[in-house]
Amino acid sequence: MKTPAVEVHGLRKFYGDKVVLDGVDLTVAAGTVTALLGPNGAGKTTTVHILSTLVRPDGGTAFVNGSDVVRDPGGVRASIGLTGQFSAVDGLLTGEENLLLMARLRHLGEKRSKTRTAELLEQFDLVEAARKPLATYSGGMKRRLDLAMTLVAAPSVIFLDEPTTGLDPRSRHTMWDIVRDLVAQGTTVLLTTQYLDEADELADRIAVLDGGRIVADGTPDELKRLVPGGHIRLRFADAAVLDAASRLFDKSARDDAGLALTVPSDGGVGALRTVLDRLDAVGLEIDDLSIHTPDLDDVFFALTGRKDQSGRVDAKTKGTES
Amino acid sequence: MTTLSPQLPAAQHPTARGTSRQSYVVADAITMLRRNLLHIVRYPGLSMFTILGPVVILLLTVFVFGGTLGAGLPGVDPAGGRDAYLAYVMPGILLITIAGTASGAAITVAMDMTEGITARFRTMAISRAAVLAGHVLGNTIQAIIAVALVLGVGLAVGFRPTAGPIEWLAAVGTIVLIAFAVSWIGVAMGMQSKTVETASNLPLILTVLPLLGSGFVPTESMPVGLQWFAEYQPFTPFIETIRGLLLGTPLGWNPVFAIGWCVVITVAGYAWSMAIYERKSVR
Repeated sequence: MKTPAVEVHGLRKFYGDKVVLDGVDLTVAAGTVTALLGPNGAGKTTTVHILSTLVRPDGGTAFVNGSDVVRDPGGVRASIGLTGQFSAVDGLLTGEENLLLMARLRHLGEKRSKTRTAELLEQFDLVEAARKPLATYSGGMKRRLDLAMTLVAAPSVIFLDEPTTGLDPRSRHTMWDIVRDLVAQGTTVLLTTQYLDEADELADRIAVLDGGRIVADGTPDELKRLVPGGHIRLRFADAAVLDAASRLFDKSARDDAGLALTVPSDGGVGALRTVLDRLDAVGLEIDDLSIHTPDLDDVFFALTGRKDQSGRVDAKTKGTES
Repeated sequence: MTTLSPQLPAAQHPTARGTSRQSYVVADAITMLRRNLLHIVRYPGLSMFTILGPVVILLLTVFVFGGTLGAGLPGVDPAGGRDAYLAYVMPGILLITIAGTASGAAITVAMDMTEGITARFRTMAISRAAVLAGHVLGNTIQAIIAVALVLGVGLAVGFRPTAGPIEWLAAVGTIVLIAFAVSWIGVAMGMQSKTVETASNLPLILTVLPLLGSGFVPTESMPVGLQWFAEYQPFTPFIETIRGLLLGTPLGWNPVFAIGWCVVITVAGYAWSMAIYERKSVR
């Protein structure tokens, strides 16, 4: 078998007393897209920073293309590209100068640097803006430039840390197309995201990270199977009714702002009737009701939700430790 | 537009392992220098600011205080006080100019460190020394330009050096050395600073040193404790060397001390900034 592009075992990281990563195991096969999915503060960015040699782990091992991130950071750096959450462009230079800077730092040679820069400007639709200062670029343009800079030397493994956060829908789709093209050419992509549709769109495998641990790992379909019936969403007229209702269903999640309650269910008519009957029995009125068939949102909700959620540990499908 | 050409260049991996990485340090330093020079051209405000201060101090000390201060210099005819003081103070002003550019270096470095681009550099196989050297060389060039401009103002208001070509050459060489050494301190201070504000204030301590040396008054006129400090701090031999070369005052051992201090400051600044870069890199 080929060496995995990314291989992580028992990765740990602390900042002071705070445990950020608590034994992360992750394998990304070469040429695939893996999405690291999790809420804010789950440790997604820290994981990516360790893999791209920015941060040193406190425990465990991490290999990228067979190079150890701690012992051979130079070997790792030569084969990776990182496009982070915050734009890593030089704001005082133009787009073209930014790309030339990267090409020279990758030692492409002066002539190759120029042609590669021209190619990337073309591919990322930045030709018109090439000689303009970055202050005039839109968020989507900056993100495209950022990614173009990462791709100057065609790295074999690319880390994308929340690549579409803050982008408008059109720029998001553009970004997705770019990622798909990269993968079609055999690049390995590890992307972090808090958007389930993004993970569903792009990823071959999804690893759900919560509280510094991988709580589930599998294909999007495998993960969807973890939460068999989606949920029922109930909306109420006021907070008092919401309070009363939330006491009726102990596995429910409250949305105080929306005065809504989400109750896990198998999606069947029987389950719906049970819910309505229980509300009826205590005389609670519902304003609005909707039934959700399973999607990744449910998986996310089930796996990264409240700490007392019992599905948390049982839901693990991965067998990587065995 | 999103279609990527299928023939992407193979990743250039000669830098990946081992000693071949060393050969790129110089190339990378030049690339980083080019970047910093572009910044100076794009953002001239910072450079202008570093010249304005010394020019104001020059004009103030010469035209406001110069008559009185000059008359107090040993062996000066009270009538010619102002001209004598202009000649006396000019080397100190040039050193203040160099010290002031450290502030520019610190600000540039601190701004860089707070931006994502530095994180990107760290994920690439670029030597840490090259990134820092790019800053230092860029700032040294900026300091030399600043000194030339301030010297131009000095000449315009009547500064008349007696130096011949050899002395000028030696003076320029000394200024380059000092600017290089001070730039390393500026870069280290920029690294040390958590915010850009701190970075702009921390190096101000350097601009005070010419005042607490032989820049504005002879050290013999100071109280004992201060005099001791003034005679043993680096800026006094710097100033005395420039003064000796440009105006023919006795040089003594000052050039030796000046070069020695430059070496010490450069090594200290290099070690300091590299240590912080490593520490901030690998958290």
